[in-house]
Amino acid sequence: MARIWSITWHTFKEAARDRVLYNLIVFALLMIGASILFGQISVGIEGIILVDLGLSSIAVFGLLMAILIGIGLVSKEIERRTIFNLLSKPVHRFEFILGKYFGLLVTLAVNTGVMAAGFYLALFYQKRSLGPEDLLPLGAIYFILLQFALVVAWALFFSCLSTPVLSAVFTFSIYVAGHFLSDLRFFGQETHSRLVSGVTTLLYYLLPNFADFDVITRTAHGDKISGLLFTANSLYALLYVTVLISAAVLVFEEKEFR
Amino acid sequence: MPAIETIDLTKDYAVGFWRKRPKRVLEHLNLEVAAGEVFGLLGPNGAGKSTTLKLILRLIFPTSGAVRIFGSDWRDVSLRARIGFLPENPSFYDNLSAEEFLNYAGSLFRLAAAERRRRAGKLLEQVGLAEVGDIPVRRYSKGMVQRLGLAQALINDPELVILDEPMSGLDPLGRREVRDLILDLKAQKRTVLFSTHILSDAETLCDRVAILHRGRLQGLGEIGEILAVGVASTEIVLEAPPPGVLDSLALAGVPAVRTGERVRLSVQDEVEVERVLEIAVREKVKVVSITPVRMTLEDYFMEKVEKGQPVREKFDRQALSRKG
Amino acid sequence: MPAARELKRFTRLASGVLVVAGLAALVPVQNRIDAENGMYGPIADVLYMPSGGLLGRLSLGNEGLLSAIYWTRAVQYFGSRSLAKQARFELLAPLLRITTELDPHLLIAYRFGAIFLTEKPPEGAGQPEAALDLIRHGIVNNPDYWRFWQDLGFIYYWNLKDYRRAAQAYLIGSRQPGGLFFMKAMAAKILAQGGDPATSYEIWMQLYRQAENEQLRRNAEIHLTAIQATIAMKQLNDLLGRFQEASGHPAKSFEELVAAGWLRGLPFDPSGVPYRIGADGKVALGPKSKVLLYLLE
Repeated sequence: MARIWSITWHTFKEAARDRVLYNLIVFALLMIGASILFGQISVGIEGIILVDLGLSSIAVFGLLMAILIGIGLVSKEIERRTIFNLLSKPVHRFEFILGKYFGLLVTLAVNTGVMAAGFYLALFYQKRSLGPEDLLPLGAIYFILLQFALVVAWALFFSCLSTPVLSAVFTFSIYVAGHFLSDLRFFGQETHSRLVSGVTTLLYYLLPNFADFDVITRTAHGDKISGLLFTANSLYALLYVTVLISAAVLVFEEKEFR
Repeated sequence: MPAIETIDLTKDYAVGFWRKRPKRVLEHLNLEVAAGEVFGLLGPNGAGKSTTLKLILRLIFPTSGAVRIFGSDWRDVSLRARIGFLPENPSFYDNLSAEEFLNYAGSLFRLAAAERRRRAGKLLEQVGLAEVGDIPVRRYSKGMVQRLGLAQALINDPELVILDEPMSGLDPLGRREVRDLILDLKAQKRTVLFSTHILSDAETLCDRVAILHRGRLQGLGEIGEILAVGVASTEIVLEAPPPGVLDSLALAGVPAVRTGERVRLSVQDEVEVERVLEIAVREKVKVVSITPVRMTLEDYFMEKVEKGQPVREKFDRQALSRKG
Repeated sequence: MPAARELKRFTRLASGVLVVAGLAALVPVQNRIDAENGMYGPIADVLYMPSGGLLGRLSLGNEGLLSAIYWTRAVQYFGSRSLAKQARFELLAPLLRITTELDPHLLIAYRFGAIFLTEKPPEGAGQPEAALDLIRHGIVNNPDYWRFWQDLGFIYYWNLKDYRRAAQAYLIGSRQPGGLFFMKAMAAKILAQGGDPATSYEIWMQLYRQAENEQLRRNAEIHLTAIQATIAMKQLNDLLGRFQEASGHPAKSFEELVAAGWLRGLPFDPSGVPYRIGADGKVALGPKSKVLLYLLE
């Protein structure tokens, strides 16, 4: 336990000092600032644009961060051989995986927190005062974090199998594919072939359904997200992350480091 | 109880793109490293030295065979609390400083924070990194990285220290420092196992060596034994011997090499040495030096390596050397 | 040391179990999420409808794929909303517009759009103008496809009740290369008897036969049964009228007519439910009838 915490903490330290992440945060904050300008150009939709564009910036830049950090997770460690230093000590391999994952999740959470703070600053600047309805974007940010948790878990899993570049490519591809799962299932059903339909339905449940977490538009409209959706999506993310980490542990236990 | 015992350790790798064929990189290695000794694992690149060390540390897994460390099954992760490891060409996290990394390493051994700090400070002194301990490692030179590697290998005060090519990439000063460090470790009664392809290092440091070539153990023994295999030959240098002397020497079957005024004779036999000296004295030729030439580790190595090659491989090597 | 080996085996076992159990548990959770989001799939009501041109450029050469995706979104959007008996289909027209801008030759998108945009809610979006717009673009992009004229004719006929323009469309369509003869016949019929149930029946029958997917076919079918029922009910009302004249009192039920020999058997509507006579003395549908008469209003 203590070892996992140590790995988590030091992974966070190492990742948090990464120059690239700083740049990404700066860009995100710039985008959020820019959304205030966009709002002033048009009529009547300043609030909507700020929320929509602001949250989308957090989602996009956070995704980039998640993938970049994800590369560093295991495959970069293997490539650079830094992993030898750890695994030659009394550390169980699964402790390494868990520590790494949590470390990078914490890093993402902190970065997202910074971006969220920037967002609320912009919101305050625009609205001059904040009311209870302004808590809604927090819900959306929580969902965005859930997405990140999934992305980083995928990056971790691919990292155990493949090179840094390929891991990044695979992770990104899964992210994109995960937004079109209902289309995939619908295609399958329309073909009226039991085999194709069965396969697409299987894929629907097997692949990560990132579209579940897309609530930015709803939030911009001011619609509330139901408590049930919070619970269900949190559970989904938790289950899926567990699956991925367990799979990563399985692979990692057998991995050889030449 | 030996520190390390390898029992029939064998490792195959699957090679090839589609149809994987097994390539044997280590074959039935049986080795014992006694507690408290400095043991050298020698061999050319690709001999299986790194493979052996990584098998001991469970970074890779054997195809067959086993290892015992301090008498216990090497699969026990907790054993590693008593081991320190320096990988070949070590690498560390860019953004952490040496102090931070040592703190990290120490925490993995469940050392208390205060103890970790104390040890880190001391080790950094010992390896000469005290001045730069708080700088991120990405700014370190290769020599500094190597020294940090040594420091982190010792953070847990290990009974057994395993070093993979510890001198690689170091300048002569650095190598001397590492040598001194290993001698220190030995003085502290720790067991040291290190691999190298630089024979002179092994000569000065090791109690015993094992010679690996193409995954097989070609030779094993004490340095002293190997070096004392006998005086291979005696070199006698004569100053300006008149031609007549050389002829009588040539008659005696002694090979001679002339370099300017001096003639260097390579005498195989103790008895012959007497005879040469007798002739030299009789003819009043000045003897510059008499030097017994011992078999070096190099010779021992080459002999073992040559012997170890099956005929087919020798053939290939000749073909390769023809290719130039 | 057995402990080390056991830990490894335990780790392996635990991980394997977690993977399988986790994946299995995902299924009900995902279903719950889908149910909560209320649709066949989570189709968020998008904030800004991008133009098809912009999207096409962004798609980096995958306009066809993107078009197919938007097409399925349009169908899902429509399907899930009619299932939910929702009356608003604001995004249908933009979705179809984007689909056809990405792929101007996706004929089914135009045809689908024509019908469901024209229909009144809750069967359709009730936007005949948008439907006209869509079909006109279809004609421009696919001048050889004469069936668009048929669709145009349908829109004018059905909701706009502009029989002159409808007949004109059918006529132009019949003159296109490949235009079938029935188009001309339709034109004539519309001019002569526009609004007549028999004419409407023929138009819908053409649509039923040519329907390219299940939704279109279903839609045509329910219209056909409604029209069939209307025709049958008119005939039955005439019969009731004559019965009343002949017998001097209005019939109370169809059994009376059967007993009196006016009918051979009880009349059933196209959904297999018997007609009944309402309080006002006119024919009405049985309570369990699946015929949707309101479609014809």
